[in-house]
Amino acid sequence: MATAVVEPGERETYLNREYGIKSWLLTVDHKRIALLYLAGITFFFFIGGFFALLIRLELLTPAGDLVQADTYNKLFTMHGQVMIFFFLIPAVPAVLGNFLIPIMIGAKDLAFPRINLLSWYLYIIAGALMLYTILAGGVDTGWTFYVPLSTEFLKTNVITAAVAVFISGFSSIFTGLNFIVTIHRMRAPGMTWNRLPLFVWAHYATSIIQVLGTPVVAIAIVLVALERLFHLGIFNPTLGGDPLLFQHLFWFYSHPAVYIMIVPGMGIVSEVVCCFSRKRIFGYQAMAMALLGIAVVGFLVWAHHMFVAGISVYAALIFSLLSYFVAVPSAIKVFNWTSTMYKGSITYQTPMLYAFGFIGLFTIGGLTGLFLAALGIDIHVTDTYFVVAHFHYIMVGGMVMAYMAGMHFWWPKISGRMYPEGWGRLAALIVFIGFNLTFFPQFILGYMGMPRRYWDYSRAPEFQILNVLSTAGATILAVGYLLPMVYFLWSMRYGKPAPDNPWNAAGLEWTIPSPPSTFNFDEQPVVTWEAYNYDEIKGEVPVAQ
Amino acid sequence: MLQNMPFWPARASAAANNVDALFIFLVVVSGLMTALIFTMVVYFAVRYRRQAGRRAEQIDGSHALEITWSVIPFCVFMVFFAWGAVIYFRQRTPPQDSAEVYTVAKQWMWKFEHMEGQREINELHVPVGRDVKMIMTSQDVIHSFFVPAFRIKQDVLPGRYTVTWFHATKPGTYHLFCAEYCGTSHSGMVGSVVVMEPKDYEAWLTGGGNQPLAVTGERLFSELGCITCHRSDTPGRGPNLVGVFGKPVMLEDGRTLTADENYLRESIVDPSAKIVRGFKPIMPTFQGQISDEQLNALVAYVKSLGPSQSMPTGGKSMAAAPTETQ
Amino acid sequence: MHNSPAATATHEAHQNPAHLHHFATAQQQKDAASLGMWLFLVTEVMFFGGMFCAYLVYRYWYFGDFGAASKSLAIELGAVNTAVLICSSLTVAMAVRCAQVGKQKAMVVYLLLTIALGLAFLGIKGIEYREKFVQHHVPGQASFHLDEHIPGHPDTPVNQQHAQVYFSLYFAMTGMHALHMIIGVGLFAFLTYQAWKGAYSPEYYTPVENAVLYWHFVDIVWIYLFPLLYLIDRHP
Repeated sequence: MATAVVEPGERETYLNREYGIKSWLLTVDHKRIALLYLAGITFFFFIGGFFALLIRLELLTPAGDLVQADTYNKLFTMHGQVMIFFFLIPAVPAVLGNFLIPIMIGAKDLAFPRINLLSWYLYIIAGALMLYTILAGGVDTGWTFYVPLSTEFLKTNVITAAVAVFISGFSSIFTGLNFIVTIHRMRAPGMTWNRLPLFVWAHYATSIIQVLGTPVVAIAIVLVALERLFHLGIFNPTLGGDPLLFQHLFWFYSHPAVYIMIVPGMGIVSEVVCCFSRKRIFGYQAMAMALLGIAVVGFLVWAHHMFVAGISVYAALIFSLLSYFVAVPSAIKVFNWTSTMYKGSITYQTPMLYAFGFIGLFTIGGLTGLFLAALGIDIHVTDTYFVVAHFHYIMVGGMVMAYMAGMHFWWPKISGRMYPEGWGRLAALIVFIGFNLTFFPQFILGYMGMPRRYWDYSRAPEFQILNVLSTAGATILAVGYLLPMVYFLWSMRYGKPAPDNPWNAAGLEWTIPSPPSTFNFDEQPVVTWEAYNYDEIKGEVPVAQ
Repeated sequence: MLQNMPFWPARASAAANNVDALFIFLVVVSGLMTALIFTMVVYFAVRYRRQAGRRAEQIDGSHALEITWSVIPFCVFMVFFAWGAVIYFRQRTPPQDSAEVYTVAKQWMWKFEHMEGQREINELHVPVGRDVKMIMTSQDVIHSFFVPAFRIKQDVLPGRYTVTWFHATKPGTYHLFCAEYCGTSHSGMVGSVVVMEPKDYEAWLTGGGNQPLAVTGERLFSELGCITCHRSDTPGRGPNLVGVFGKPVMLEDGRTLTADENYLRESIVDPSAKIVRGFKPIMPTFQGQISDEQLNALVAYVKSLGPSQSMPTGGKSMAAAPTETQ
Repeated sequence: MHNSPAATATHEAHQNPAHLHHFATAQQQKDAASLGMWLFLVTEVMFFGGMFCAYLVYRYWYFGDFGAASKSLAIELGAVNTAVLICSSLTVAMAVRCAQVGKQKAMVVYLLLTIALGLAFLGIKGIEYREKFVQHHVPGQASFHLDEHIPGHPDTPVNQQHAQVYFSLYFAMTGMHALHMIIGVGLFAFLTYQAWKGAYSPEYYTPVENAVLYWHFVDIVWIYLFPLLYLIDRHP
């Protein structure tokens, strides 16, 4: 029950205020909910990662000799579904966003704490249903659920997977809704829009996408489920339907979804680069507008996933053109981060190392997006490993690195402990090396013509050497991800206690203790300074322990 | 030079040159951009590392720089767009007198039918130096016809035709992959395109003794009763089909469209969808009564009904003089 | 704020719903709830929007068949339902008004009326659905058959497959709408109970206001559904 067990002399924090499982499962404290999410997404990250390892092991040899074809098809399907819906989409917003946004704007909690908890429960229910799908034999539609394959031809757990994704979508919608209202209505006095940290701007942009886009994929999934259950013909051409209509409805969300995944990471990178360069961001307005620009234009490019699907030539031309438009704000951000480092006073703590990695790898990932937007090239490389490499550069090289940067940067605030800096840097290096070795060869594989979702490539053994390199990289990458698991857990007990502001960073979250007390602020702050006021903050980043 | 580069896919079509040229351009530009960013990040990280006595210099931003590094990349992107668009437009526009091959994809094999009547499974023989147009449909789920050496790919859909084309430039055997996930043996739906010298191709053709596709279609046209309404001698209950292919058709709701393969196909499986002006909607549907291959034969036959032809010689066959490279 | 455990525990247990502790002022809380509700309705627009999009595409392609299928719907029942919902929007607006001026009994009456009208709508919908089952107009069933011709073309029978697409969308869209109505009725049942207990006053009636917004939205969806589904190509 709600027994507070605070020792005399010990400060009350959100962690020790109440103990007991009920105090966690019925909490409405945004910080505790963030940790509940952290447990969930970490769990699903390792499930999805495990599937990835099996995929890469199978691809070591051209023949399909590790698992059966159907099993392999389930592995890549569930790797995609788990990683996208249960890790990438919620990770930064639901963990770091939940924890930090109220604090960063000077509020005591999100606008709707109970809806926040509801979001978590929806996530867990969806996750449980996904787990059930996996244990009940899996699903093999591909994460894209294309029809008529998924409605008429597969006998696996399509409906349960679809419902799991549907429910997780509502978790995402409610989180986005909560953030938008919070950012609009709960900023402390003086915290104007122009003083918001870019982390908050990024989550605002992300939330807009979540709120507008997710319902469309929800209805697409409902229609697929209805079609499958009742043998309808909404998408089935033999019954009068059109399979391309599904693709349009699906990608209308799923393209903006990739911005849901990356934009919060961009917010993190801005915070980290500023802190470890001791500089305010170069071009604050441009950075904020770029975030909104990505969110808006991101809704206009979905059919670039369908250039060879049978759409008209004119539609393809328009979507290709728009896809180049959306690349511009992303490019601006990379240039601005780099410029922020100019004449800074830079140190190389783990968050900054991950931020460097993000800038470099997101650049490569983004540039390869330009290849895909070029219609003539896309004909050749779409549905090949080139695309796989492109999106993994953005999602893993970009997003997961940003997530790691954020976890390391704010770990002291969240847990009250420092992680071991030496191990942090080592893990960052291992991740960088492992990542590039895993995914760079896949660009080449794609251009050579290796299609996606191939269990067996024994008719094309020339693909093997690059696949072996890729698998080698994957094992290194796995080590790089296991290390933080271990040392974060270790630090919770043995890490050095963290001061309020271990990095001497700007931002309201660093003005309160680590870990924060339940209601964040003793008194509502009144903000009179600009964001990233590193000119006013005395001192550099304290030397690493 | 590229031919011998390791890890470079075979270049066996006219399109491959164009696609590779754009690709290399993209690689160079991207490589430069990547090198620039990497260098700057590393250089700044080292040059501006924390040093005793030096503080960071706050720089708010620069409108000029923001505009510059928005406009210049945008212009470069427009070059990428335009170049890619040209290649794509060409790839989506098969030349008028291409030789034709009807393709039926199904889980998990490729079935090809040449106009001369040859049928192949998973292997496609074509002559070098000819434009070849693939008219494709699927019997079940969405597949995708992918020949890396030609740099072409086109999804193959159930219920309609999609089209792609190529101009092979180098004899040899090249991979054919299905590139749209289609179930259990998606990775088994692999075959080859065999490009032959013209005389070898002629020899291969004659070794079959097959009935040309359009002749099969003519037989079906009569057997299925189409000929009772679609007559060419006197006005019948259905439109006269001689010369209909490729020409505008006026529908009774006022729309005009061009009679392409998809229109012909739809007219057979869903005749009430589009009624020709001046005719009644009395044609029965043949959906479910004929296979995709029979449908292909009928379409090939109707296409062959030109105003100056009295006997179907089989549409565009490949046993004719090679056309110029596109 | 007080950080002592006892104080905060008590504070939470006795939170005034009109002034939750994490808000600085009651006005801020009201504004937040209002914005949140509107945002939620935006998501609902996008949700129904996907189905409307599918509907628009197929109506364009299969206009004649859609017209034929639409004729088989009971326009009288649809019209009555439209009137029922419009009346319920009136009763629900009156309920908010009563809350604003503190007329608790009247508010309860109007809420009950709203529920009654909502149930009437659902009942009539049920009758319509049953009609569809009896007439074999349920898509996906082997017994499906629509015995109609294309409006304006007495000798052209309807394409059964295209008609099934119409009915698939009919059931999906009206079914989704009905589901939202059921949820709405449930919400209002809860609200009525709370109102009867005196939970709402001129100072605090946010839940009523927000639920009413939801109800208006569900009503508007029907205002679109009715002409799009029932009134395609009707001739006197």
